[in-house]
Amino acid sequence: MRRSGFNGILHTNFITNERGTSMEKLIEKSEYLHYINDNDTLLVGGFGLSGTPLTLIDELADSSKKGLTIVSNNLGEAGKGLGKLLLSKNIKKAKGSYFTSNRDAVKAWSDGELEIELIPQGTLAEAVRCGGAGIGGFYTKTAVGTKLAEGKDVKVIDGETYILEKAIKGDVSLIKAMKADTLGNLIYDHTGRNFNAVMATAGKIVIAEVDEIVEAGSFSPQEVETPHVYVDYIVMNKYVKKGGKYVEHS
Amino acid sequence: MSIADRIKISKRIAEELNEGQVVNLGVGIPTLIPDYLGNKQLYMQSENGLLGMGPTPVDEEINMDLISASKQPITMEAGASLFDSSNSFAMIRGGHIDVAVLGVLQVDQTGEIANWAVPGETILGVGGAMDLVAGAKKIIIATMQTAKDGKAKLVKKLTLPSSGVRKADMVVTEHAVFTFDEGHMRLVEIISDVSIEQLIELTDAEFTYSEETITSN
Repeated sequence: MRRSGFNGILHTNFITNERGTSMEKLIEKSEYLHYINDNDTLLVGGFGLSGTPLTLIDELADSSKKGLTIVSNNLGEAGKGLGKLLLSKNIKKAKGSYFTSNRDAVKAWSDGELEIELIPQGTLAEAVRCGGAGIGGFYTKTAVGTKLAEGKDVKVIDGETYILEKAIKGDVSLIKAMKADTLGNLIYDHTGRNFNAVMATAGKIVIAEVDEIVEAGSFSPQEVETPHVYVDYIVMNKYVKKGGKYVEHS
Repeated sequence: MSIADRIKISKRIAEELNEGQVVNLGVGIPTLIPDYLGNKQLYMQSENGLLGMGPTPVDEEINMDLISASKQPITMEAGASLFDSSNSFAMIRGGHIDVAVLGVLQVDQTGEIANWAVPGETILGVGGAMDLVAGAKKIIIATMQTAKDGKAKLVKKLTLPSSGVRKADMVVTEHAVFTFDEGHMRLVEIISDVSIEQLIELTDAEFTYSEETITSN
């Protein structure tokens, strides 16, 4: 599950709780950059700024990584979340459903500095789900007869017209969860789940930013939303939630 | 567009919604509808992953990870459920949403919808519009009769990019209610003091009506 050919130093830091359980997947926030190469495709969870891995994005924005293709519903907001990564010029291309609300994205596109591929929101979610589920593509009614269907294969199934959409996979997934347990099982905060659950399945390497790590068994198996098999590394959120928003540690 | 007109449209659409229905409300005018449902219990779906959306929370309860698809803070009703984006769109695309109420830029006289590409602006956003158009069981359009520049929004043929081949079932404007029968637009009710002649003037689309519809208003 971890990428071969990685030449960096493998992490050795474990966290240990009071009962001596270690968390092997935990790495320092800057360390995850070793797993990202120029021109990679990154799958990034979040809806606007909700459920967005803000800490991971900050690290990337401070890095010299170039030519990234970002697959995410939005590019955050102007100057915030993935919007920050746009301003720091790490992004070559964005694939997602809605960029209009980030004026910087609109400007970067019109200045020829950003490529954009527009995908209906449900098609994006399903394409990434397929990518993580070993499915090559799927036929959907969404966008039939529109500009977004141009050049796509059309098929009539039981009298209804569908277009073929290919699965989407990524080199690295950057996701945000509320809690991880020491194995890397994840639970999300309300609608912060959004795209994170599918993004967690479709990256060759999956890095989850979390607010809290608890011992395995602390939450019920029935509560686990992303099983640990999907999660390679965990990074602690550098922000804390106060008044419903993430702020810097005071 | 006046708030009174927006409220009138919302109230009229609220009358069309039935107890127990699962409803997805688009941005703009449709977001006002919950205020006019009275005692009707409906289940509001938000495409970012919630069925059972409740009203805006008090400040102390605002959580950026409990928001609507319009990215506004919300609450959850008793019996609400949370799910990821792929499940949310399985619900939408799979025909499990009873009614989608959508704003539009244009709707043509057959019911074809244009609601994603803003005129004169770069096309950089589609969101869930095309999935909702393709998948909801019933589509009700909430729109003003004319755009800000005075041009009719109910047109003979779309001049803006289509949102899909699936047609709307009903259009409610500040002046009138229209339905579609086999690709033809029909006026079913006038809800303002416009005359039929004025309504025809404000509407580029061709529609049919009965004498009864006009005289009952």
